Amino acid sequence: MSEHVVEVRGLRKSYGEQEVVRGIDLELQRGEVFAFLGPNGAGKTTTVEILEGYRSRDGGEVSVLGEDPACADHQWRSRVGLVLQSCTMPAELTVRELVELYAGYYPHPRPAAATIELVGLTEQRDARTGHLSGGQLRRLDVALALIGDPELVFLDEPTTGFDPSARHHAWEVIAGLRELGKTIFLTTHYMDEAQTLADRVAVIVAGQIVAEGTPATLGGRDRAISDISFVLSPGASLSGLPGELASVAKLRDGRVHIAAPEPARPLYALTRWALENDEHLDELTVGRPTLEDIYLELTEPQEPSR
Amino acid sequence: MSGPGLFFHQFRSDLARFWRNPQSRYFTVLLPIVFLVIFAGIFKGNTIVEGQLISITTFYVPGIMTLGIISASFVNLTQAVVTQRESGELKRLRGTPLPTSVVICSRAAVGVVVAMVMSALLLLIGRVAYNVPIPGSTMLGLVLAVILGAASFACLAFAVSRIITTADAAAPATNLAVLPLYFISGVFVPESQIPRFLRGVASIFPIKHLAAAVREPIIHTHGTGISATNLLVVAAWGIGALLVAARTFQFSPRAA
Repeated sequence: MSEHVVEVRGLRKSYGEQEVVRGIDLELQRGEVFAFLGPNGAGKTTTVEILEGYRSRDGGEVSVLGEDPACADHQWRSRVGLVLQSCTMPAELTVRELVELYAGYYPHPRPAAATIELVGLTEQRDARTGHLSGGQLRRLDVALALIGDPELVFLDEPTTGFDPSARHHAWEVIAGLRELGKTIFLTTHYMDEAQTLADRVAVIVAGQIVAEGTPATLGGRDRAISDISFVLSPGASLSGLPGELASVAKLRDGRVHIAAPEPARPLYALTRWALENDEHLDELTVGRPTLEDIYLELTEPQEPSR
Repeated sequence: MSGPGLFFHQFRSDLARFWRNPQSRYFTVLLPIVFLVIFAGIFKGNTIVEGQLISITTFYVPGIMTLGIISASFVNLTQAVVTQRESGELKRLRGTPLPTSVVICSRAAVGVVVAMVMSALLLLIGRVAYNVPIPGSTMLGLVLAVILGAASFACLAFAVSRIITTADAAAPATNLAVLPLYFISGVFVPESQIPRFLRGVASIFPIKHLAAAVREPIIHTHGTGISATNLLVVAAWGIGALLVAARTFQFSPRAA
């Protein structure tokens, strides 16, 4: 089983009566960035915590770096880096003190100064962590995950709550990890994050993996039909569209969407209808579905609130 | 790093955190000193303790030492442990190769060392300001009482940490437990002035016994100063607490 950095077969986990992970399979190649996506409560964090060795499982086989994380020893721990979903840092210590403290836990740590540099905290190295911003704390968290020079890094929602510039900075850091040859297991709510960083993504819904692929091919995105979309003028309705379009048009978030396997013909029909009926086709776009569209489609039926 | 090397690596950091934390500095270090000065300033004269007439300051120095030991090893340690657990820090440490025994022992050692330093400081202030004698041959019994007391109360801290769910609740909850006991255990008020029933209640709990074990070598100046029965009661509480903690201690936040 050891060719893959992570290998999971038929993983199951229940809390009481409720089965939250219902037989999932995963494989991670060495050096790849893998993004694990799914709505809250889909079993994402439970799965990650089983792989990290924090939780027991009820069924299935799990191998992480060739070992079962349920019986992980200190040696295994020194090969895995973790950024947990939330963690506040000891406010009394400086960035450098904390990084050097963690360096002491590992048999072959990376140099502290270089690791602080990697996450862009060199200027703050002598500041107590209590004085750092949220984004800086998260980057410090990443530095602590890397200080032991791990082969595999788990990043659980590493940029949640970041402003856009902090997020882009964090992405650079994570992209830098790939350069170092680390295998990265990333969970995120942000599709643009997965799109930018991941070599491969998998979507978990209600404890099962519903789609897996590269960001470009997930859910048949590469083969997906084009989406013609526009805003209908006030008073107009879908039923006013010509017959061939009315049957495939859908109204979503105030926009009309027409799924078109081949866009030329429906576009011609649409624009002709628009000219004849004095419709402006405001904000007309023709595009392939984004990763977010695919994701929403995959996860939609399971979310009753939508 | 080797086992002891790793322990000192962690201990240095934990000790620095204790000292840099304002709450630790004020409540654990400063408050016992303020208490000693106030009690010794308000109450004058002599009192009878265990059939012996002593000056009231000689009563208060070991009493406030007891409070200092419990503040450092129980109140402060509980707060530190709950804070680290609820912030996710203990969980994160569990994800590193650092053995959990080092995490626990280092934190407990901070409590014991601070208790020892506070005891020495209070003893010194007692000698300089109030002419309370520093024990000679009975020093052995005093050192033993401080270390054993601090270690036992550290175990109690780990045992109660499970039932305290937020960092904010840690200090009020532990103080609520110890403050009434200070009053009926001969820490703030000589036992001769405490009703018999309350003295009976106090003797169930370890504070009264620790206070007696700390007082003994200060008011009786010959022999070893070891108050065996009292120390045994304190140790029994410590061992019981350790057994509870071993079964119930949690590394992950209670909220999660």
